[in-house]
Amino acid sequence: MNIAEMQHLEKQTGVMPTDLASLDAWLDKKLDEKLAQRKAARTPSLAIIATKGTMDMAYPPFILASTAAALGWDASVFFTFYGLELLKKDLQIKVSPLGNPAMPMKMPFGPDWLQHLNINVPNFVAGNMPGFESFATAMMEQTTKTKGVPSILELREICVESGVKLVACQMTVDLFNYRKEEFMPEISEWIGATSYLANAKDADICLFV
Amino acid sequence: MEAKQTLDARGLNCPLPILRTKKSLVAMQSGETLKVLSTDPGSLKDISSFCSQTGNELLSSQQQGKDYEFFIRKA
Repeated sequence: MNIAEMQHLEKQTGVMPTDLASLDAWLDKKLDEKLAQRKAARTPSLAIIATKGTMDMAYPPFILASTAAALGWDASVFFTFYGLELLKKDLQIKVSPLGNPAMPMKMPFGPDWLQHLNINVPNFVAGNMPGFESFATAMMEQTTKTKGVPSILELREICVESGVKLVACQMTVDLFNYRKEEFMPEISEWIGATSYLANAKDADICLFV
Repeated sequence: MEAKQTLDARGLNCPLPILRTKKSLVAMQSGETLKVLSTDPGSLKDISSFCSQTGNELLSSQQQGKDYEFFIRKA
């Protein structure tokens, strides 16, 4: 009996075929149907571990998490070590080309040729000139504004609004002598590695940033 | 094509066009049409991917000069 005949029989009688070979084929078909149904009904999930507290490294977790939420996925971000800086009430994150050699240093304004010019800043300038970090940060903020890329604060608000779970590492607070009052009240929970791994275990996508 | 609502996402870059589209759709009724305008070249693929994953129907997507224009029917 082939599958078409079996389907016909099933429709007519509503029962499973009885001979072994047909039963095997029938089960395969049923299993495929069931798996497809479950896959369609399942909500995909994203779990990100954010360990860096600089402006450049703040973008990937917030962009991916907010986009996942927009797609209707379950998204959570576990902020640990320097990543915890990204959950401060008073968000003061910076970026520096020092020790960050791939970072382009380009002017966010001026004539077109200048905006495309990569200004090589030697490490002794980036490291020793007072205020250089603030300058580089201001340039990056201006660049994102000109290009229509949202600020970290804006992305963080979108994450909160769209139900991304912002999870903070309990150990880091103790380690760096932070006070919990310094952090945003929207943090969904303060947990450790064991609890987050349990959350992340079933995620479809798990990323370390 | 007629749209119930228009979202102007011109000048915005990834991921804002998608996030704003989602926000606009949430406030709309099922079956209503949203028109989205954008300038981000990435939105061409992103909007189509967003629609296929969320079940909303992308009725049309086209480029008009520097602008992209999308019509989405809410599922």
